Amino acid sequence: MRRRRRRPDGAALAERALGGSRGALARLLTLVENGHPEGQVALSRLFPRSGQAHIVGFTGATGAGKSTLVNQVACELRDRDLSLAVVAVDPSSPFSGGAVLGDRLRMRDLAEDPAIFIRSMASRGHPGGVAQATRDVVTVLDALGTPVILVETVGAGQAQVEVAQIAHTVVLVEAPGMGDDVQALKAGLLEIADIIVINKADRPEAKQTLRAIRSAHLEGLRFGDAGGPADLGEETQKDRWTVPVLETSALEGRGIVELVDAMGAHREALKAQGIWRGLRERHARAQLAAWLQQHLQALIDTHLAAEDLEMAVQSIVRRDADPASAAQALVDRLVETLIARDSG
Amino acid sequence: MTGERRAIRVLIAKPGLDGHDRGAKVVARALRDAGMEVIYTGLRQTPAMVAEAALQEDVDVVGLSILSGAHMALVPRIMDELAQRDLEDLPVFLGGIVPQDDVVALQELGIASVFGPGTETKTIIAYIRETVEQELLEEA
Repeated sequence: MRRRRRRPDGAALAERALGGSRGALARLLTLVENGHPEGQVALSRLFPRSGQAHIVGFTGATGAGKSTLVNQVACELRDRDLSLAVVAVDPSSPFSGGAVLGDRLRMRDLAEDPAIFIRSMASRGHPGGVAQATRDVVTVLDALGTPVILVETVGAGQAQVEVAQIAHTVVLVEAPGMGDDVQALKAGLLEIADIIVINKADRPEAKQTLRAIRSAHLEGLRFGDAGGPADLGEETQKDRWTVPVLETSALEGRGIVELVDAMGAHREALKAQGIWRGLRERHARAQLAAWLQQHLQALIDTHLAAEDLEMAVQSIVRRDADPASAAQALVDRLVETLIARDSG
Repeated sequence: MTGERRAIRVLIAKPGLDGHDRGAKVVARALRDAGMEVIYTGLRQTPAMVAEAALQEDVDVVGLSILSGAHMALVPRIMDELAQRDLEDLPVFLGGIVPQDDVVALQELGIASVFGPGTETKTIIAYIRETVEQELLEEA
């Protein structure tokens, strides 16, 4: 039996990870990903140290070239002497729960660099384009002093915008030929983008895609348009962030310097305009909401009997009760149980 | 949901220079369908890349696919790189074309199991489950 699998100790792992042990970090990320109680212990310890990293999300459709682009961006960041981490999310099978996590395949340039830590995550049924534990994994990496963390979503569709609740800067990666300018007008992914990248600029259709997106966006979104905090104060000209629409060819390494410059410029703009703090608040709100749901679900799992749930299901099937009322009755019973427990 | 949600994590790696990754992909797919999370690194991995991926991804088991005949050259270097990262007790299995004489030598090097041509994927799945599940029980 392997020593490292015995009795995980979150506090000790956190200490060793802070001391620079990559093995302890990897182990800790597993505990956090699995919702292990010792992972929670470590998270509580590390959380006060987090909040320094620049977290950059990469999202966009499957096959747009996100992994290859992240690889190139990471190489450019290394050229600028920054260490970094990559958290890459791929989908879990809805049938088996298994997954093939293939993002490392396109990140081979990074594989032997000790200043880069790459972690693959399966989405495990979470629908938002990242895994439920992705933000906690990012928190750990952040708390260890990683200056830049790149988060790559699963090939995200139009509604998978959760990365905006984790990242400071969202890079939307588009590939040529993915739709006309009406697609570009639709709500969703394009709205959360701080930087839009037309990747595969080596393709002939790239210019047309670039024109379509530029005309739809007029390159003029500002902070707050992306669902940011409403209280941005007096809107002045300097409150504006012009969402750049860049061309890259990850294959040829073209446009990467400009993209990394834009990432840095966005971060500076956030800080200069006091929006970094507002984002923290938005992220805190999202994290709190997510944990409230998790804790409430745990109460449900612990205190509601499986038979009661099953009876409710059957009453809905028979049309004796509607789903909302059946759920409300269960919640009422849960509250009664908790009150009885606390007073008895 | 809270509580333990544990999936078996497997690294499937192809060290060395041969370009035949079909076997590795078939195994990766089969393990996925068996509910495991498979980190697939692709072709032409150096021993250090394999060990570093095993470390960073905190996998429960490593599967190597070697069809070049270079297993006796590659495996000692991979085991050495793993040991340098305190992963000497990580179970490592090998798939490929391996002469019987070499199987014994590989096991002495610390390879837990060698799966030759014609191995059914369910055999590999059963091997991984058996190897890993005891450890997971202890962890929880």
